[in-house]
Amino acid sequence: MVDLNIRERIANNQRSKLVEKTVPIVLFSITIISVLTTIGILYTLIVETVHFFGRVSIVEFLTSTKWNAFSSTPSWGIFPLILGTLKIVVIGAIVAVPTGIGAAIYLSEYASDRTRRIIKPILEVLAGIPTVVYGAFAITFVTPFLQSFIPPLNHFNALSPGIVVGIMILPMIASLTEDALSSVPNSMREGSLGMGATKFETVSKVVLPAAISGVGAAVVLGLSRAIGETMIVSIAAGSTPNSSFNILESLQTMTGFIVQVTSGDAAFGTDVYYSLYAVGMTLFIFTLAMNMISQWITKRFREEY
Amino acid sequence: MLLDANVIEKKRSPRLMKNSFMKMLFLFSTLIGLVVLVVLLGTTLLDGWKYLTVDFFTNFSSSRPSRAGIKGAILGTLWLMAFTTPIAIFLSVGTALYLEEYAPKNKFTKFVETNIANLAGVPSVVFGLLGLTIFVRQFGLGNSVIAASLTLSLMIMPVIVVASQEALRTVPLAVREASIGMGASKWQTVSRIILPAAIPGIITGIILAISRAIGETAPLVVIGIPVALLTTPSSPLDSFQALPMQIYNWVKMPQAEFQNLTAAAIIVLLALLLMMNFVAIIIRNKYSKRF
Repeated sequence: MVDLNIRERIANNQRSKLVEKTVPIVLFSITIISVLTTIGILYTLIVETVHFFGRVSIVEFLTSTKWNAFSSTPSWGIFPLILGTLKIVVIGAIVAVPTGIGAAIYLSEYASDRTRRIIKPILEVLAGIPTVVYGAFAITFVTPFLQSFIPPLNHFNALSPGIVVGIMILPMIASLTEDALSSVPNSMREGSLGMGATKFETVSKVVLPAAISGVGAAVVLGLSRAIGETMIVSIAAGSTPNSSFNILESLQTMTGFIVQVTSGDAAFGTDVYYSLYAVGMTLFIFTLAMNMISQWITKRFREEY
Repeated sequence: MLLDANVIEKKRSPRLMKNSFMKMLFLFSTLIGLVVLVVLLGTTLLDGWKYLTVDFFTNFSSSRPSRAGIKGAILGTLWLMAFTTPIAIFLSVGTALYLEEYAPKNKFTKFVETNIANLAGVPSVVFGLLGLTIFVRQFGLGNSVIAASLTLSLMIMPVIVVASQEALRTVPLAVREASIGMGASKWQTVSRIILPAAIPGIITGIILAISRAIGETAPLVVIGIPVALLTTPSSPLDSFQALPMQIYNWVKMPQAEFQNLTAAAIIVLLALLLMMNFVAIIIRNKYSKRF
């Protein structure tokens, strides 16, 4: 009886040895998929962009100030699309950066525990709303609302989607900034308050400077989200590439162009089809640069306590 | 005399006033988000609730607003989630287990982690281009459920990996040592002790990531999911409609009635998301173990 039991156990043990050896290999192969994803993104963007520049001059792409992909005599200057994206990002930043940091300061420095427990989940709900819903909100509510103050505002414009993009990234900036503020040790606040500083003086001269790397990283990440934002701008900003600085006019962003081409039927193999990838590549470079800046800020300006 | 009592006295009142003024300003910033949320939900409910009829749920999409419904969109979204969820879990939890439990601390592991952090910052529309090129064209899957599921799985993978890693990290070393000390092997410890202990955190991460995938529209537009379709998929290789695509399609329509249909569809989408978030919170509260 006992003998059999031990044999069984040894047999089991050998089977489990096989499992022990294969599991890490299987998990490692799964992990490789994340690397393959990056390679896949880079590969498709680079190969098709190179293809595009075989048809259209890269000099025109970088220097022309006109983007007119659907005309019979098309022009391919990326500038209006980048300008459109920047208009949206700047308006979004004007909305989201001060309010996001302000909200974070209130939640981390002034609010009672109870207030914080009520407000934080509400901000999380705001962060979870799909961007297509924000887009519908921009075109059906914010644009008409703004038009009642600013009559020359077009149906499609930069202002309304810009503001709504700001609202979309606000919870992200607020929550990351709050994390940064609450990692500042309490002894520093107490030191400042003990010297007779007011709460605001403590926040502005002690807490914020100490948390500046986290706050900076939060802002840059938020702006990177704004650059890649797609649905709000395709719904509410229109689809006319525009190289003027007027924020009351219709415009098109890089993401907006990608959606316009793919939701219509750009035949496979045309110039317009390949231009998708050149625009996607530009967008990818912008957001990657922002993410790297954010990581660099975190590393470079981190203060250890 | 370094400190002049009079000067301090004189400056005190403006300093305190500045403090209360700034406090109001910070409170005001906090309330902006709440006000927007209330206005957004309020206008949507006002525009849409009358259109939430039985017909709205049982009709297919139509160019006539009176006959348009979301049957195709709802079923399509459910199909999409039914395939996205298992694929995303397989990829993400596998990756997190490797990185936390098996990976040696070397340059390659660090590279993989940085790479995942960077993938989290890639715009969803770029994932759409990846899906269009690789899954739709290269693999010849067309604009099918499975092509969209693979694209969305890769998109939400970084979120679940990071959440799972955090959950695995909260399992204390003592528990691992106890298991190994009792003669359990590495995989026995991981599969029977560590994973069950970390599962509430992992599930919360999965639900939050899936609810992000449900509302995601840009990648679906890019891989060419149709906006009008009179069939529901019967296999993962079939084409399908999706709820956010339906909203995007209706919001662009000029007729006023479509704006009400948009609002009604948004109510359904938000209700779905709210339900999932609620489940996530319950799981987090009920099963979270403290060691």
